[in-house]
Amino acid sequence: MAGALLLAMLVAPLIAALACMVIRSPRIAEKLNFVSSIVVFATAVPLTVLSAQGPHYYLEDYVVIDITGAWVILCTSIVYLLASIYSIGYMRLLDEDEKLWSFYALFSGFALTILVSSVMNNAGLYWIAIELTTLVSTFLVGFERAAESIEAAWKYIIIISAGISLALLGTVLFYWCGSFVLGPTYDMTWDVLRQAAPKMNPALAALSYLLVLVGYGTKVGLAPMHSWLPDAHSESPAPISAMLSGALLNSAMLGIVRYLVIADAAQTGQLARVTLVAFGLISLLVGALFIVRQTGVKRLMAYSSVEHMGVIALGFGIGGPFGVAGALYHMLNHSLNKSLMFFGAGNAMRSFGSKEIKNIHNMWGRFPVQGALWLAGAAAITGAPPFGLFLSELVILRAGFERGYEWAVYAMVVLLIVIFIGFLNHFRAMYFNAGEPSTPPVKAVSSWCVAPMWLALVPLVVFGVWWPQSLWNHFMTASHVLSVVSP
Amino acid sequence: MLIAHLDPLASSIFSFMAIVSLLLAFVMLGSRWLNNYLYAFAAESWVIAALSAAVGFYGGYPELYLIAILTALFRGLLLPYLVGRIIGRLNVTREIHEILEPSSSLVAGAFGVIFALTVSYRIGASLGLAGTVAVLALTIMLSMKLIGFLMLAVRHEALSQILGLLVLENGIFLGAQILVPGMPLLIEIVILFDLLVVVACFGVLVRYLVAHVGSTSSLDLNRLVG
Repeated sequence: MAGALLLAMLVAPLIAALACMVIRSPRIAEKLNFVSSIVVFATAVPLTVLSAQGPHYYLEDYVVIDITGAWVILCTSIVYLLASIYSIGYMRLLDEDEKLWSFYALFSGFALTILVSSVMNNAGLYWIAIELTTLVSTFLVGFERAAESIEAAWKYIIIISAGISLALLGTVLFYWCGSFVLGPTYDMTWDVLRQAAPKMNPALAALSYLLVLVGYGTKVGLAPMHSWLPDAHSESPAPISAMLSGALLNSAMLGIVRYLVIADAAQTGQLARVTLVAFGLISLLVGALFIVRQTGVKRLMAYSSVEHMGVIALGFGIGGPFGVAGALYHMLNHSLNKSLMFFGAGNAMRSFGSKEIKNIHNMWGRFPVQGALWLAGAAAITGAPPFGLFLSELVILRAGFERGYEWAVYAMVVLLIVIFIGFLNHFRAMYFNAGEPSTPPVKAVSSWCVAPMWLALVPLVVFGVWWPQSLWNHFMTASHVLSVVSP
Repeated sequence: MLIAHLDPLASSIFSFMAIVSLLLAFVMLGSRWLNNYLYAFAAESWVIAALSAAVGFYGGYPELYLIAILTALFRGLLLPYLVGRIIGRLNVTREIHEILEPSSSLVAGAFGVIFALTVSYRIGASLGLAGTVAVLALTIMLSMKLIGFLMLAVRHEALSQILGLLVLENGIFLGAQILVPGMPLLIEIVILFDLLVVVACFGVLVRYLVAHVGSTSSLDLNRLVG
C-alpha cells in the first residue's frame, strides 16, 4: 500500500517533467505540472497517516518512509500544489511563453528532487539528493535572466556547494566513526548509524556532527550561513520563492534532525543541542535586524524565512515532546504561511511594477480582497493569534521552559516582538500610505493568483484555533521515535 | 581496520602522496595565473587517483582500482579540459582583483594547516591512533578544506571560485581513500558524476554571467545587498 503510494508520488512529477520536455507547449506544461502536484498531494496525505505505524523500507533499505520524512513530504506536497496553481496565473504575466515548458519541467524536477531527498535512507544518497535539489533550482532562480537573477543564481550555487561540501566531509567522518564499530564496510543507513552511535568516539562524532550541521545549515539558511537566501528568494519567480522557502529548507532541516538523533545517541552531551539552539537564536537575531530596515518586499519575506528556520531549529534543538511537536507543527504552518506571503508579494510586485516597499501604496483601497488575505498572512507570520504559527511558537516556548533553556526562550520572545513590530510596520506603509498621483497604472492579477492565497489562509486559521488530537498524537509518536535510543 | 596494521612501506607511500597533494594545494593558493592553477588541480587529481590505487593494492580493495581510473579520467582529464575550455573562451588568464597577495595567502594557508593539525592531533589521540597515517590524512583533509575556503574568499574570478570548490572536494576524496576505503562504491561513483554535472552547470552560468552582468568577477556582483 505505502509502496504503491510512494511510487505514484515519485513517478508523477517525473512523468510531468519528461512530458514537458517532449511536448514543449506552455499551456500543456502548466496543466501537466498541476496534475502532477495534485497526485503528489493526494498520495502524501495517506503516506503521512501510514508513516505513524512505523517506518516502511523499500529497495533493499535504500528508501524509507518514516514519520519525520513523511511530514516533510506532506509540507512539500502542500507548497507544490499551491505553487502550481499560483504559477499558472503568475507565469503568464511574464510574457515568456516560449520558455515556459522549461520552467515547468524544472519545476516538477525540483519537486521530485525534494521528495526524493526526504525518503533517502542512506546518508550518502541523502547528500547527493540535496546536491541535486541545488542543481535543479539554480536554473529556476536564474530563470528571469535579469542581471540580478543571474547574480542570485551564482551566489546560490557557490555558497550552497561550498557549504554542502562540509556536509560531505561530515558524512565521510561519520562513516569513519561507524567503521570502528561496524567494520570497514557497511550500509550507512540512519538506523545503522544510530545503533552504532553509543560506541562511537565522542570527540570524532562531535566534530562530524558540527561539520554536518554547518553544511546542511547552509542549505537550511541558518545564520550566519544564510547569505544566499535573501538573494535567491527575492530574485526567483514568486512560485519558486515559495518552493524554496516552504519546501526546500525543510528537506535540509530533515538531515540536521536525523544527524541530531545520532549525535544524541553518541554521548556528545549537550553540545549538539546547544549549538543548534545557538544557530536558531542567531538566525532570529539576523532576521530581526534585517527585517526592521528592509526595503525590498520579497527580501522582507526571505529574512522572515531565516527567522522561521531559526524557530524550527530552536524547537528541534530544545527537543522533548513539546519541542519536537512545536517544530513539526511550525514547519507545516510556515509552509502554508510563507507560500501565502510570497504569492501576495508576487501579486503586489506585478500590480505595482516594483520590488520596493516604498513603491507599493494603498493596497487596502486598491485590492480589498487580495489585500486583506495578504495582511492576514502578515499578521500570521509574525506569530499573532488566532493563526497556526502562534500556537506552534507557544509550544516551543513552553518546551524551552521545561527543558532548562530559559535563556533561549527569553531571547526568542524579545526577538519575536522586534520582528512583529518591524514586519507589520512595513505593511502599515504599504496599506495606509496614499500613493503619489504620478505612480504607474496598477494592474489587477487573475484569480489563479488569488485562489491559492485562500487555500493557504483557511487551514492556517483552522490550525490556529483547533489543534486536532490526532495531529497531537502523530507528533507524540514522532518525538518518541526521535528521542528513544535503540539498543 | 586498514590503518591500524599497515606495513611501514605502505604507510610512507600514503603519507608521501598525501603531502604531495597538500603541496599542490599550496601551489594553487600561491599562483596568480589561472592556467597554473588548473594544471596544479589536474596534477593533484592524478596523485589522488594514484593514492586510490595504492590503497586498493595494500588494503585489498579491488574496487578502488575502478575509483582510481574514474578519478583520473574525470577529475584528472575531463574536468580540467572543461574548465580549460571555459578559460579559453572567456579570455581571462589571471586573477585581477586580489584581496590578499599570493604571499600573504600562503601564510594564511599555513595557519590553516596548523589549526587542522591541532584538531586532528587531538582526535587521533582520543582514538588511540596518534602517530599513524590516519592523523596525517585527517590533517590534510581538514587543511585542504580550509585552503579551499581561503581560495573562495580571497579570489573573485568565477573560474577561481569553481576551482576552489573542486579543491574543497579533492580534500575529502583524498582523506576518504585512507580513512574509509570501504565506503560503498556506489556513493563514490555517484559523487564523481555529480561533479561533472556541477561543472556543466557552472559553464552555463558563467556564460550568463558574461552576457548579463558583463563580467565574471564576483566583485561586480553587488546589486543584491541588505
